[in-house]
Amino acid sequence: MEAVALPELSRVAVCGGTHGNELSGVYLVRERLKRREDGTEPVSVVTVMSNPRATQLCVRYIETDLNRCFTRAALSAPISETSPYEMIRSQELNALLGPKGSAQAVDLLCDLHNTTANMGLCLISYSDRDWICLHICKHLQREMASAPVRYVHFDIPLNEAYSLDSVGKHGFAMEIGPQPHGVVRSAIFSAMQEGVQLMLDWICQFNSGTLFEGGSVDVYTMVKNVDYPRDPETHTITAAVHPHLQDRDFCLLHPGDPMFLSFSGETLRYKGKEALYPFFINEGAYYEKGVALSLARKRRVEIPSVRSETLR
Amino acid sequence: MALAFLPALARMAVCGGTHGNELSGVYVVQEMERQRKEKGADTWPIPITTLLSNPQAVKECRRYIDTDMNRCFNRATLSSPIADSSAYEVRCAQELNNLLGPKGSTDATDMICDLHNTTSNMGLTLIHYTSNDWVTLHICKYLQTKITKVPVRVLVLDFPISDAYNLESVSKHGFTIEVGPQPHGVVRADIYIVMKEAVDLTIDWIHKFNSGMVFEGGDVEAFKFIKSVDYPRDPETRSLTAAIHPQLQDKDFCLLKRGDPLFFTFSGETVKYEEDETLHPFFINEAAYYEKASCVKDDPGLVIEAGKEGRDAAPAVLWPLRLDRACTN
Repeated sequence: MEAVALPELSRVAVCGGTHGNELSGVYLVRERLKRREDGTEPVSVVTVMSNPRATQLCVRYIETDLNRCFTRAALSAPISETSPYEMIRSQELNALLGPKGSAQAVDLLCDLHNTTANMGLCLISYSDRDWICLHICKHLQREMASAPVRYVHFDIPLNEAYSLDSVGKHGFAMEIGPQPHGVVRSAIFSAMQEGVQLMLDWICQFNSGTLFEGGSVDVYTMVKNVDYPRDPETHTITAAVHPHLQDRDFCLLHPGDPMFLSFSGETLRYKGKEALYPFFINEGAYYEKGVALSLARKRRVEIPSVRSETLR
Repeated sequence: MALAFLPALARMAVCGGTHGNELSGVYVVQEMERQRKEKGADTWPIPITTLLSNPQAVKECRRYIDTDMNRCFNRATLSSPIADSSAYEVRCAQELNNLLGPKGSTDATDMICDLHNTTSNMGLTLIHYTSNDWVTLHICKYLQTKITKVPVRVLVLDFPISDAYNLESVSKHGFTIEVGPQPHGVVRADIYIVMKEAVDLTIDWIHKFNSGMVFEGGDVEAFKFIKSVDYPRDPETRSLTAAIHPQLQDKDFCLLKRGDPLFFTFSGETVKYEEDETLHPFFINEAAYYEKASCVKDDPGLVIEAGKEGRDAAPAVLWPLRLDRACTN
C-alpha cells in the first residue's frame, strides 16, 4: 500500500466523566486540569469534564445518558430550560469541541470510559478505515504491557453516531475494565494514564513528520446485542451470565456454548448459528438498556503507512 | 466443655435489597419466592419470611432513596416520630421493625439473614454486632466447615444492641451475609451461587438444631472492627488525591504492617501505613463508602473516623472466641 498523507492533528480533546461514575477518566481529567497540562507544540490539548453534575453526584447521568445525545437530531433539537440536563450539555460540548461534521471540530476527541466487563483497554470507534485511529491502536498494542488493547467498531453512519467521540474529526472512546462504577482502582487508572500518554506521544510524532509503517490490525465489528432472559410479566431478569462466559470478553463464543445460568440452576446456551466474539459481558449500566452482552465479528484490516501532510 | 441449652428457632427472615443495588440478595429472595409459589408452604423445614427491605431502591437500582436503610435500626431512629418529611428509609425501617421485631422484645423473629454485596474482595464474610450470640457463632462455624468455594470469615462489630443500627439487630439472632467482590448494579452467577449456598446452609443448620442435634463447641476465629481509614483528600475540594495502592487492592484480611504501601496518589507517589499496630484491613475500596453518611460519626459506640465522606480500608484484629456445645432445650 502507498503511504498516505493526512492533515496533522493540531487540536486534541481529552474528555472524562461523560458518565459521572466512571472514575478513571474523572480523576485523569482532574489531574490534567490541576497540572494545567495543555500540551506543548506541536499539539494543543483541551481537557474537559463532560458531565460535571453527574460527576459531582457520582452517578452515570442526571436525567438521560449523555453519551447517547450526540446524534444530529439531538444536537439540532430546540432546547429550553426544561430540557433534560444532558441534552443541554451535549449541545454545549458540540459548540466547544465541534460542531460535529464541520471544519472547526477538534481533530481528535478521546473520550474516557470504564466498564464492569473484563475488556482490558478498547478503542471504540465508528470507523474501520480511519487510519489515524487504527495507527494509534497499533501504537498502544505495541507499547502497552499493562493491558490487552483491542479495536472495536460500531458500523453506524456519522449522522446517527450517538456518542461524544463522534464530534471530533477523528475520535474514539478509550474504554477500560473491569472496574466497578463508583470505584477507582489504581492499576486501571495507571493503564488509562498510560494509554492517553501513548496516544499523545503518537500524535506529537505524527505531527513532527514521522512516517508510521503500515501493517494490520484486528478489528471487532459489533453485530448484535443479547438481552438477559426476563420474566414476561414483570420483565425482571431470570438468569445471570453463565460462569463459563463471565469475564471471557473477546473469547470466541460457539453455538451451544453456555451463555446464562438461571437463578434456579439451569444453563441456557447460545442459539446463534455463527461463532462470534462477546464483549461488554455483564456491563452494569446496560441492564436498563436490555443488553447482557454484545457480539462481534473479527477481521484483519490492512492499514497503509501514514505521515502528516506537512513534510519536513 | 459445657453444653448450652438454647431455645429452638421458630421463625426466620431472609432479607434482600436492603441496599437496592446489591443484587445477589435481590435475586436470592426472588428465587426463594418462586420456589415457595411452586412448592407451597413446605418448601423449607421452618417458616421463612422473604422480603425486599427497600423496594423503591431496588426498583431504581440505587443504594438508597433518602438515607442508608442499614443505618436506621438503632433505638433512636426506630422510635422517632414519623412526619411527612421523614426519610423513606426511616419509614421502611419502622415498618420492618413492626413486622420482624419489635427489636429487643420476645415477639421479635428468631433469625434475620440480611443479604449484601461489596466491591471489596471479601469472599463470604458473616457480620454480626456482638460476640455473645452462640447461635449466630455456631452457624458461622458451620458455614466455615461446609463452604469451600470461597474463604468464609466472621466479623464482629462488638457494640451494644440499642446502638446497633443494622437490620439484623432487630431479631433475637441474626447476621449479615456479605459476599464480594461484585460491582453494585451487577449480578455475577458465581457470587449468587455462594450467597444462595450460605442461605441454604443456614436453614439447614437451624433445622438440625431444632431437631435436637448437638453441635460441638470449639474455637471460632473472628475479626473485630477497630477503626476506619479515609482516603487522602484535597483540603479544599475534598476530592480523593490517591487510590488504594495496587499492592493492597484485593488483599482484604491479609496483614497490614507499619511501612506497607497503603495508597498510590494520582501523581505517582506511594503513601505508607504509619501506625504501629498490625491489623487486618477489610472493605478495601468499597464503592459505597466513598461517601459514607456522617450520621455514623456521632454514634458513641463506634470507632469510625468518618469525615463528611467516609471510610474505605477498615482494619480489624483477628481474635479467637470460645464456643460451648449447643443444643435445643
